[in-house]
Amino acid sequence: MPIFEAVARADLTRRCKSAVDAGARMQMAYAWFPDGSRNPEIRYVVHAGSLEPLQVWCCRPGSQTMPSLAAVTPLLSWYEREITDLCGLQFEDQPQPEPLVLLPGATLSTPPLLPGVDAALSYAPASSTLPEMGGSTRDDVQLLPFGPVRADVLESAQFNFYYIGEAILHYHPQLFFKHRGMEKRFEGITPELGAVLAERVSGVGSVAHALAYCRALEAAAGCDVPPRAQWLRVLLAELERVYNHLHYLGHLCHTTTLKVGEAEGKYLEELAKQINCRAVGSRLLRGLVSPGGLRREPQLTGLAERLERLRGEFARYAVMLEASTTHLDRLITTGVLSRKLAFDQGATGPVERASGLDRDLRRDQPYAAYPELPLKVAVREAGDAHARQQLRIAEIEYSIELMQVLLERLPGGALSTRCQPSSGSQGLGWSESPRGSLYYAVHIDDAGRLARVKIKSPSFSNWRVFPFTVHDSNMMDYAINEASFGLTIAGCAR
Amino acid sequence: MPLWTLYGLRQGKASTQWPASGEDGQAGTLGMPHFDPARCQEGCRRCADACLPGAITITDAAYEARVAVDYGRCVTCQMCVEACPTDAFTASGDWAFGVRRRENLVWAHAAATKDEEALKGQIRRVFGRSLHVRHVDAGSCNGCESELQALNNPFYNLHRLGIFFTASPRFADLLLVTGPVTYALRGPLLEAYEAMPDPKFVMAVGTCAVSGGTNGGGYACGNGLDGVLPVDVYLPGCPPNPAAIIHALLMLLERAAQLVHGGRIAAGGDGA
Repeated sequence: MPIFEAVARADLTRRCKSAVDAGARMQMAYAWFPDGSRNPEIRYVVHAGSLEPLQVWCCRPGSQTMPSLAAVTPLLSWYEREITDLCGLQFEDQPQPEPLVLLPGATLSTPPLLPGVDAALSYAPASSTLPEMGGSTRDDVQLLPFGPVRADVLESAQFNFYYIGEAILHYHPQLFFKHRGMEKRFEGITPELGAVLAERVSGVGSVAHALAYCRALEAAAGCDVPPRAQWLRVLLAELERVYNHLHYLGHLCHTTTLKVGEAEGKYLEELAKQINCRAVGSRLLRGLVSPGGLRREPQLTGLAERLERLRGEFARYAVMLEASTTHLDRLITTGVLSRKLAFDQGATGPVERASGLDRDLRRDQPYAAYPELPLKVAVREAGDAHARQQLRIAEIEYSIELMQVLLERLPGGALSTRCQPSSGSQGLGWSESPRGSLYYAVHIDDAGRLARVKIKSPSFSNWRVFPFTVHDSNMMDYAINEASFGLTIAGCAR
Repeated sequence: MPLWTLYGLRQGKASTQWPASGEDGQAGTLGMPHFDPARCQEGCRRCADACLPGAITITDAAYEARVAVDYGRCVTCQMCVEACPTDAFTASGDWAFGVRRRENLVWAHAAATKDEEALKGQIRRVFGRSLHVRHVDAGSCNGCESELQALNNPFYNLHRLGIFFTASPRFADLLLVTGPVTYALRGPLLEAYEAMPDPKFVMAVGTCAVSGGTNGGGYACGNGLDGVLPVDVYLPGCPPNPAAIIHALLMLLERAAQLVHGGRIAAGGDGA
């Protein structure tokens, strides 16, 4: 259970410094408005390390501005800028005071996450201010604004490259074309319907989002989910990991032009999605996870055999991938993310584990039935695209093994319990999605409906880290490096 | 590299021949729920309360027409099926929900006459057997992209049908749009459409693009393509599965029949 603690505004910087010096990492920050007032409370979720319970610092600045903690721990910078954009709160000495979520030229009539407001957005596209490169004598520096509509079937985002020939000098992604105001959409709906919405924040993370959301509600309601539902939630989460990672490998082969490897990876992904559909009725595993448990029984007949066939085919594929020198040549030393950078800038999931950070919420903040199952956490040290491939390969193997054990030992019993959070209650939920740590914070209003929902998606963390591996690299490696991170934009932009 | 060639050969053909024959690959799908107003209980509004995107609304109309169902807003979450105490809503495997006219997604008592808006061979004449598609993500949750990307996997192998994704709108015949259209992507979407040569077609893929779905509206989003671009085929679904997308593409090319009229698949049709 997380430990909630009030922290005075004046103590915040000192507390943050000492926590970071002791090896803690900030997980997220968000603002909400208690009791429908206009007085914000800023929440910081802190992970001291390994099995230590999460801490939640609550700071009420009254009418004052907040001190920016970006100088102490740079990963908080994006959270602070988002709070400024959407909640209207200013941070002193923010090193990058321009908007993050709002595109240049977008103005809001009022901060949209203030309670009870209907914000109107007006937009007159303006060019973004990018850093001046090269100076007057360096007219060989070129700017390539790539996107938001890019080649292939991809999510919309714009990538700005400053480059000379092949060499990238500076890279700046604009990731928020897809900002849909998802957190605002939760406001005022019933907790039960919130699960349907959470599944639609990032489609390829439907289970992880629904799970983190439901766990936040269950924490608020103080209800105990029955064991069978806890076990089946693990099954769904691992099915999601497997099809995501298989897609990742197919797509990575696409960028290294390993054609048969691409076809096979995407074929295995298709098999995994068909397995999902037979079990759940949805290829993206939607419509099962709900507050208090699961909505209905999945169809488990034949699942173990199908997984075993997939495991066999995947094992052969993985051996081939790790034996293809042309493929590996493009991955090894590409997009190196150092362990320190990964930690300081907040990398999460397979990205940080491929840079030597042994962190995984399934083990470190155990939930669902993970403590009762033989969970293995893969870690690699090299931090390059190859390490990120190896890590996903290992995770697919471990996930299928875990599901096979789970299916043998699956307990019987009820699938759901009543989950009715009382008015004014709140909860924090999390899950380790295929892309890393995902958090939902939920606040309930007087009528028992959702007053505020904060979503911290793994891609929001990893997109912040990714540009550090692009500056000073080269154009030919860019697509491979990006694919090796395995990021979504819908999750980041929300 | 010879190893991969051998490996590929040994794996054999993975592509389905569907829709000509063979598996569509969608076994187990829970599609758009069936609606039977005869089972509906007066005074009850549980289905409407359980419907997040507002696909089910209760009107003041006479008893028989009291419940209005718009499959263009349905995200197939199955909440109505669970909420309904009298089985007026039941789960179904219907997913081939592409239509030419938006109103055919609204449940109607008398199923409309077969689609009169067929393009009378025009498409066939212009495009022959080939179609080039430019996809634009206008703010999706990436679920639709996940399924669109699947179209080129060896199982569906979209190329076998003469349909290709193209990078440049200059070469595109069809603009395929996902997402509810965010404020920031409206401009780029219109520019992509403008850049396409005539004749050109537009397909709204996924409930968000058809109506906004659960994610449309609010301060940052529109409600899909209506009022933004002229739409030739609407395909709701959350997300529509790859076979549903293939069916809608073939429907546009007049190589497959529209199955849905008045919000339901004609008797005898099961899926596609």
